[in-house]
Parts: sequence; C-alpha cells; structure tokens
Amino acid sequence: MGIEVQHIYKSFNNYNALQDVGLKVNDGELIALLGPSGSGKTTLLRIIAGLEVPDLREESKILFHGKDVAKQRVAERQVGFVFQHYALFKHMSVFENIAFGLKVRPRATRPSKAEIQHRVNELLCLIQLDGFGNRLPSQLSGGQRQRVALARALAIAPKVLLLDEPFGALDAKVRQGLRAWLRRLHEELHMTTILVTHDQEEALEVADKIVVMNQAKIEQVGAPEEVFHRPANEFVMDFLGHVNVFHGRVENGRARLTDIGSKLTWNREAFGNAVYVRPHELEIDRVAGDDGIRGTVRRINLAGTCAKVVVASSSGNEVVAEVSFERFHELGLQRGETVFVSAKRARVFTPDYEI
Amino acid sequence: MSVENKHGIQDPLWVRWTLITITIGFVAIFLALPVAIIFAEALKDGWKTYAIALKDPAAWSAIHLTLLVTAISVPVNTLFGLAASWAIAKFEFRGKSLLLTLIDIPFAVSPVISGFIYVLLFGLQGWFGQTLSEWGFKVIFAVPGIVLVTIFVTFPFVARELIPLMQEQGNDEEQAAISLGAKGWQTFFYVTLPNIRWGLLYGVILCNARAMGEFGAVSVVSGSIRGKTATLPLHVEVLYNGFNVPAAFAMASLLALVGLLTLALKTYLEWKVKQQRRELALVNE
Repeated sequence: MGIEVQHIYKSFNNYNALQDVGLKVNDGELIALLGPSGSGKTTLLRIIAGLEVPDLREESKILFHGKDVAKQRVAERQVGFVFQHYALFKHMSVFENIAFGLKVRPRATRPSKAEIQHRVNELLCLIQLDGFGNRLPSQLSGGQRQRVALARALAIAPKVLLLDEPFGALDAKVRQGLRAWLRRLHEELHMTTILVTHDQEEALEVADKIVVMNQAKIEQVGAPEEVFHRPANEFVMDFLGHVNVFHGRVENGRARLTDIGSKLTWNREAFGNAVYVRPHELEIDRVAGDDGIRGTVRRINLAGTCAKVVVASSSGNEVVAEVSFERFHELGLQRGETVFVSAKRARVFTPDYEI
Repeated sequence: MSVENKHGIQDPLWVRWTLITITIGFVAIFLALPVAIIFAEALKDGWKTYAIALKDPAAWSAIHLTLLVTAISVPVNTLFGLAASWAIAKFEFRGKSLLLTLIDIPFAVSPVISGFIYVLLFGLQGWFGQTLSEWGFKVIFAVPGIVLVTIFVTFPFVARELIPLMQEQGNDEEQAAISLGAKGWQTFFYVTLPNIRWGLLYGVILCNARAMGEFGAVSVVSGSIRGKTATLPLHVEVLYNGFNVPAAFAMASLLALVGLLTLALKTYLEWKVKQQRRELALVNE
C-alpha cells in the first residue's frame, strides 16, 4: 500500500520536531528514515502510525493508498509497529504476545482458537522460533525478542510495517544478522515497510530508498547509491560516510585544493568554498605533482579492508585517506614521513543549494 | 559472626557494632516491646479474656463497624489510586505536579485536623450540615462521617504506590497494545494490570491497615456512640478508660494482629516488586 504525507508540521512546546515534511512511499518499498537524534525521524514514523498527531493545518495530509487517514486512530490504520525496546508484554508468553492482536478483536471479526493457533505457529516458523511459544520475554535474547516483536506486529496482517530503530539496542553481530534477515523477509512478504535508524550502514544495506533527515527537515531522498555518491549537500555527504574537508577554489570546472580544512572551525566567508573528498577518493604520493598538498603521516591503520592513512597539514588539520594495500606497500609509508595528498574526485556545494 | 560491608570500605568494627546495637535496641524498645506487651497482657489469663471481651455486643458492633468502613474506603481509594496514577503516568497535562501535591495532603495534615475539617463541613453548624440534615442525612456522629474521614485519611496509599511504578514502566506496552487494536479497557486489563499487580496489592494492604487502625480523625467525627459509631480502635479506648484493662488489651491485640499480618504481607510483596523491577531491568537491556 502506498503512503504519502504532505506538509507535516509538529512541535512539542517550544521544540520544532518536524517542519513542512513531505514524503512518498511506493507500495512494497522498504524505505529508511535516516538521521541523527533529534532529526524528527521517529516523530514522523509515529505520526504515520497514528501514535502522534501532527499540528493542525489545512495543507497537512496523511494518505494511505490515496485515502486521508489523518482522522483515524492508530488501531484503525492497520499498521504493524515495532518499538525500539520491543515493548513485549512481560507477563505473557511468546505465543500469547504474538496472538494478542488477534485475541483482542471484537467477537465478530475474531478468528477461532484453532485459527489463531495456526497463524501464531506459522509466524513462529517465519521468525525461526518454533518451540519457543511457551517462553517468557525475559527468557529470550535481545535478537529473539525483536523477532517476536516483529511477529506480533505481522500477526494482525497490517498493510504497512513501521519499525522504530528496531536493532538499536542489539550487539553489532546480532544487528548484522537481523538486518540480513529483515531484508530476506521483505523480499518474501513485499510489505510496504518504513524503518527508522541512525545507523547509515544499516540504511545503505537494507533499504530500497533512503530519506535523510536533519533538524526537522528532509535533506535528500534517493536510492542508497544515489545518496552516497551524489549527495545533495554537505550534511548528507558527511552523514553517509567519512568526509574530508579542504579549502579550495573552483577553476574551470576543477577544484583546486589549497589546504586541509577543519569541519569544526569552518567559516565559509573567510575561506571560500569548502571542497569535500571521500577517503577513497584521495591519492597519496611522495612527489608534489600538480596540486598535491603537503602533509605529514600521523597515523596508519592496517586493520581493515584497505589501508587508512591519517595525514596532517602544517595547519594541524587532518584528513583520512584510504588506499589499497598494494599502493600502501608500494609507497612504503611510515609515521612522520612527508607526503602529498591530492583528490581524484571532489565535491563542492554552492551555499544556497536547495533540494 | 562477621559483619560484611557491601561497598568494601571498612568502617572500624566498633563503629559497625555500635550502630547495629543502637538500631536493634531502638526497634526493640520502641516497636517490638510494646507489641509484645499487648499480646502478653491479652493472654495473661489465657483465652478467657477473649471470651469475656467478645461476649460484649458493643465489641462485635465495633468489629463490624471497622470492617464495614474498611470495606467501603479501601475499594474507593483503590479505584481513585488507579485512576490518578493512570492519568499521571500516561498523560501530559498542566497541573500534574499540583495534583501530586494535593494527593499528599492527608499525609501532611494531622488526623485530628482531618476529622475537624469534616465537622466544619458537615456538622450542624457547618457548611452543608443544615442542608443535609433537612434532607434527612446525618453525617457527623454517624457512620457516613466515619467512612468519609477514613477515605480522606487513607487517600494517598494506593496512588503513591502506583504512580512511581507506572511512571517507571512507561507507556510502550500500552501503546503496543493499542497499535495492535486493543480497546482502552482491554489494554488496562491485559497489559497494565498484570504489570502493576504487586504494587497495587502493596498499596491496598497499607490502605487497609490504616483504615482499620485510624483513631484520631474517626474519634473527632464519630462521637464514639457505644454500639453505633464506635470503631474497634475507639472501642479499645472506651474499654481502657472504663478500667477494663484486660478486655482493652484483648481487643487491642486483634488490631495488633492485623498489623503483624500487614507487615508480613508487606515484606512479601516488597520482595515481589523488587523481583519485578529486576526483570524490568533485564528486559530493557
């Protein structure tokens, strides 16, 4: 089921959580709302669910399959919501938790006991926890609890699945496993899914489309490779991966780097445009070349898929360059040596860029 | 026997022993001894004292009245406590802290004053006294007054127990239940109530003990009319003032027994709540 929100505003007392936010989700898509804490992503998710009410405005609309559901309460919207801390019913068994949504239906629409049992067992199989029906939530691991929370949301056959930082409270390894599992599940069920996360890796890996949010606004919407390789502004570029900042000028369509900059003390008026380069787009050499910037090797990290070299310029600012192991051994770099960094690709954002 | 210090910082032995001795001594002299004396005096002549004391119809009427008043005020305050803590824990509204302060008033006010307030309100010289008496309602020096005053005095017990508990438990489970289609009452019965049951019982036990044992406020309001408006605590006073010491101790021991039972249940329930809090910490990891 396609979802569309238009002109959503939300403020809590004096705090602005959402400012004129609009979004379109196609049927069957898995989209990620990605952003730092306070960006408004959870608020937006809860407004879509019906757990929060947006500020009353003429233009505000929440459309499920073209129909305005702004007046419908959460139960009527038929959404499956998975909470960040699972919110499993502590005193009910796994079976009873999953069956809850079906048991509380009014007599007219309530399935029979046998049907409920069948459906719950089906879901237990789906989440690979068959045999766990009698356990209590306190007897499960974090990853297992999260899967039960998901099954519980799926039991009511919702039209859309909404997940609020579902893997935030789990270990890295468990998170990775569940991410892959969620992706496979989505491919099987094809249910429209909206996932809130602050983990860019998670969003890039799992989502069909990413919505990058910052301070109550949407910065960019696009497929993972689009927001990563063609970010709309500095914020998106910085949030989705490491970014190095250089002072520089744009001449004849090329960026000339003049020195390494610092994100913290950036002053656009004083230094002209900032030039942004990703670590893997930097080159290190022992000779100056055309536009190499001189620096000293501060740190070398070889524990990874490539060599990460931290180079500092005379101004004290640092950049991180990622080079292949072959190149690294070719150069034979050591700490304290003088090197020159140049950019294969660079990005400049003009000050008044707007999406 | 070694005294272990939880934090590994050792106070000198003599400090530890002195503090423990003082504490135990205090509890023994001011708390345990009086209670023991009650039972000792009551049982001095064996069960005969109880038999004689309970032959008095006034005694039975006192017991009956105490039970009646408790049977009304405890459920009323339980309902109020549930409603207040639900509102405070789940909703955001202005005046929340004012409400919390108001709930604590019965604790701050002397019970005698509490009784006096009701006399001022409902007594014949009071605000509503004339009107009510014209309608045929007698509040002061009658059972309704005793019930009202007991409700006032035991007001906060259930609420004070439930409010922090429900605030700690948060709203997530309730929101989950609602998102799954549960109605308000279904959410309350299937999700909220099981989570607060031990705290609720704890509050009810305390409310019950206080309702049964209240003296000051009831004494002002009831007039202690023998056989009509004398609760058990008032009856004990009457017996004692009438120099019927053995019977007084016998009746008092009934109240003391309620007190001891309350303590035992309280300890058990405290343990249960602690256990639940520990589970909560595990689930929220």
